Amino acid sequence: MSTANQASAAKSQRWPLTKGRSKRVLPGFGLSLGISLFFISLVLLLPLTGLVIEVSAMSLSEFWFVITDPRVVASYKVTALAALAASLFNGAFGLLLAWVLVRYEFPGKRLIDAVVDLPFALPTAVAGITLATLFAANGWYGQFLTKLGIEVAFTPVGIVVAMVFTSLPFVVRTVQPVLEELAPEDEEAAVSLGASDAHVFRRVIFPALWPALVTGVALSFTRSLGEFGAVIFIAGNMPYISEVTSLMIFIRLQEYDYAAASAIASVILLASLVLLFAITVWQARYLKRLEGR
Amino acid sequence: MASNRARSTRSLQHRRVGDSPAIKWLLIGIAIAVTTGLLIMPLVVIFTEALSSGWSTFADNLLDQYTLHAIGLTLFVAALTVPLNLVFGVALAWLVTRFRFPGRKLLITLIDIPFAVSPVVAGLLYLLLYGRNGWIGNWLADYDIQLMFSWPGIVMVTVFVTCPFVARELIPLMQQQGSEEEEAGVVLGASGWRIFRTITLPNIKWALIYGVVLTNARAVGEFGAVSVVAGNIRGQTNTLPLHVELLYQDYNVVGAFTSASLLAGIAVFTLAAKGFVEWRQARTVIRLQAQETV
Amino acid sequence: MQRKLKGLVTGLALSASLFAPAAVSADRELLNSSYDVARELFAAYNVHFNEYWKEKTGDSVEVSQSHAGSSKQAQSIIQGLKADVVTFNQVTDIDILHTRGNLIPENWAERLPNNSSPYYSTMAFLVRKGNPKNIQNWDDLIKEDVALVMPNPKTSGNGRYTYLAALGYAQDSFGGDQQKIDAFLRDFLGQVKVFDSGGRGATTTFIEREIGDVLLTFESEVLNLVDRYDNGEYEVVTPKVSFLAEFPVTWIDEYVKQNGTEDLAKAYLEHLYSEDAQRLLAGFHYRVHNDTVKKETSDRFPDVKLMSIDAIAGNWENATEEHFASGGKLDQLQRRK
Repeated sequence: MSTANQASAAKSQRWPLTKGRSKRVLPGFGLSLGISLFFISLVLLLPLTGLVIEVSAMSLSEFWFVITDPRVVASYKVTALAALAASLFNGAFGLLLAWVLVRYEFPGKRLIDAVVDLPFALPTAVAGITLATLFAANGWYGQFLTKLGIEVAFTPVGIVVAMVFTSLPFVVRTVQPVLEELAPEDEEAAVSLGASDAHVFRRVIFPALWPALVTGVALSFTRSLGEFGAVIFIAGNMPYISEVTSLMIFIRLQEYDYAAASAIASVILLASLVLLFAITVWQARYLKRLEGR
Repeated sequence: MASNRARSTRSLQHRRVGDSPAIKWLLIGIAIAVTTGLLIMPLVVIFTEALSSGWSTFADNLLDQYTLHAIGLTLFVAALTVPLNLVFGVALAWLVTRFRFPGRKLLITLIDIPFAVSPVVAGLLYLLLYGRNGWIGNWLADYDIQLMFSWPGIVMVTVFVTCPFVARELIPLMQQQGSEEEEAGVVLGASGWRIFRTITLPNIKWALIYGVVLTNARAVGEFGAVSVVAGNIRGQTNTLPLHVELLYQDYNVVGAFTSASLLAGIAVFTLAAKGFVEWRQARTVIRLQAQETV
Repeated sequence: MQRKLKGLVTGLALSASLFAPAAVSADRELLNSSYDVARELFAAYNVHFNEYWKEKTGDSVEVSQSHAGSSKQAQSIIQGLKADVVTFNQVTDIDILHTRGNLIPENWAERLPNNSSPYYSTMAFLVRKGNPKNIQNWDDLIKEDVALVMPNPKTSGNGRYTYLAALGYAQDSFGGDQQKIDAFLRDFLGQVKVFDSGGRGATTTFIEREIGDVLLTFESEVLNLVDRYDNGEYEVVTPKVSFLAEFPVTWIDEYVKQNGTEDLAKAYLEHLYSEDAQRLLAGFHYRVHNDTVKKETSDRFPDVKLMSIDAIAGNWENATEEHFASGGKLDQLQRRK
């Protein structure tokens, strides 16, 4: 994909960017707007009204009481910390992986590149069962880790492992194209001037990468916040220790408390949406700045 | 990928960061080790467990009446979901990359909702609305229409969960490509449909296919949302991922991993298809570049 | 384009035909919504009932099964899953069908003998070979080095029963000393290593993942496991005092009317009380009411002081409100010290 982007980038250099000039020249505005709005309203927004109706039936103090229940608050902490750990790990490892895939040739590279997307393609429940099987005390990994005194399955670490798995592709796939399109001139110049690799990486390469990296980490974080299928099988689900917020929603549902479930769900939803919107705006700003340069 | 090769020949002439063999092989080593441990081993486990009682058990499990039904239902749901999201994805991508209008950014954020909503909550949303006590479900019940706990409900939540994929693949690409070619088409007096078919479609073909492949993979594999609205009736509303859980609960671990291996097979196929798509894309680009130099 | 469209249509037709055949060919149909560890039981009972009904009326019956946690099942039914009969493991989940869904009358429990509970069980322990931690009764569970595995009382009826059984034991041993009772329960919950979201999940954790020293679940499930792994890997410990876990059944009046299955649904449930069916139930390690079958199977079911919900908490409504609701006793006991 990124290679196609490169080609088009080359093209748009020859024909200067026409953005702004071509407001409504192209046909299909009405049709595509119609389809999009219809679909978004029916599939995305209409169901959300259900949530709004449930939540609005509660008074503010009820709502506050439900979402600040100590056990729920503990689950926010567990979820947020685990998601943070997972997305930071993915930030570091995803960067490394993207780097290796873009810069080096080695046997098995195609395989590694393909398998990065596995977490998107594999159902999360299957991932959960499989990870639990691997990391359980008698599993392939578990038996070694147990000897080292490390417990993964059924501890908060298990939650992190599941989140790392399900959100790994985000960072790799956002950083990879940027890294591919990075112009080599500055870097080569700096290296030939005798700057150390670390220095060049920090001063020349990293500044170009970090917007993509932040986006990837944020996407990975958002995804981890909502993860349920994979986490539930490996978490142990101990109150205050390894209960994630998705499980709290599930628990409220089991108690027939739809309002409370909706209230907690709305907290997560809002947090995720704000984060996603912030990324979109930030990206747009950043692109504008790049164009202006 | 083609450009990688171009770059690496380039780096023969100019030294770049991280070219020293020690660092290079250290990084490659870490990448291979972690990827193998985190991604490849789980795949291996699934197939090992599925075949742990031999091929004939595997075949028996696969040909079980309920498993076959689950496969059929899953494919049926995917066959309905994918075209719907294809149309939506293309329309939305066209809208937000070819026109500027107020609310555009909000629209782009809105399609990310399914990424932000936990699948269980997604299922709940539909249940609250279309269930017997929901305001639409209540109204539909008067006409004896039931959407939840039957296949329409499964399709609906699957559409919800998978609707961002096509648009997400197309938007960055179409943004980068710009609309000059299409505008030229307009100037030459071509109809909208013709412009789309002869100019846009060839340009976005591979990204579109990848989006479809991803949508399909997710549609086939959705668990959380479907489990809320499906009603878990064996042989009627049991999709393949639900079937995995059901068998797992039946202590039929081998059977569960057999069905899981089907899903993993679809995942591997998805990855292979994606590899192929990228390879084709790279070839197109090389051809284009060759033409340009001529 | 034309050809692609054709291909799509054939593909659709093919997949549709693939999932059509499971549409049944029997004369009568019934949908039984049940809890998640009852699969094998009803698979066997449905065959048995089909024979009985065919002999009686000449019609064959195809019973479809839906299994999940019984709270989830109750919610699905309230939201429109048109099950004809429910066979649950929690009284509260049937009560809710009346209070929330208005689908059955309030006195549903009086419509069949024994509180509409054709079979019952109690809570027991599964321990590893040789009982290395020497677990005999509830008070052995709070010893420091004992790790427990049980389903989450918040998400599973099974877990709720286990909690009530522990509570019953504490009430029985400490009399009215509320502080001692609370302390025992707090210690007990503190020993739990994994709270799985359902009964089967807990079993998998204990057996497949080899976590924990004691699995707490239904006696029926525990006996079933020992049968399944008959290599002596596991042993059953039945505590002296435990909880009377009823397995209530009823038909859903609203839906059997719509489906035209009232006669069939009633017969399906009433037949559970017949001697043959009771023997079948006992074969799945449930305790039953039929005297003949009781005598035949007395060696498998040791005498236990069974405490009912009325003895422990007054009634189910109280138990839910006092212990399981959010902010209730269970939440308080699990709060970090």
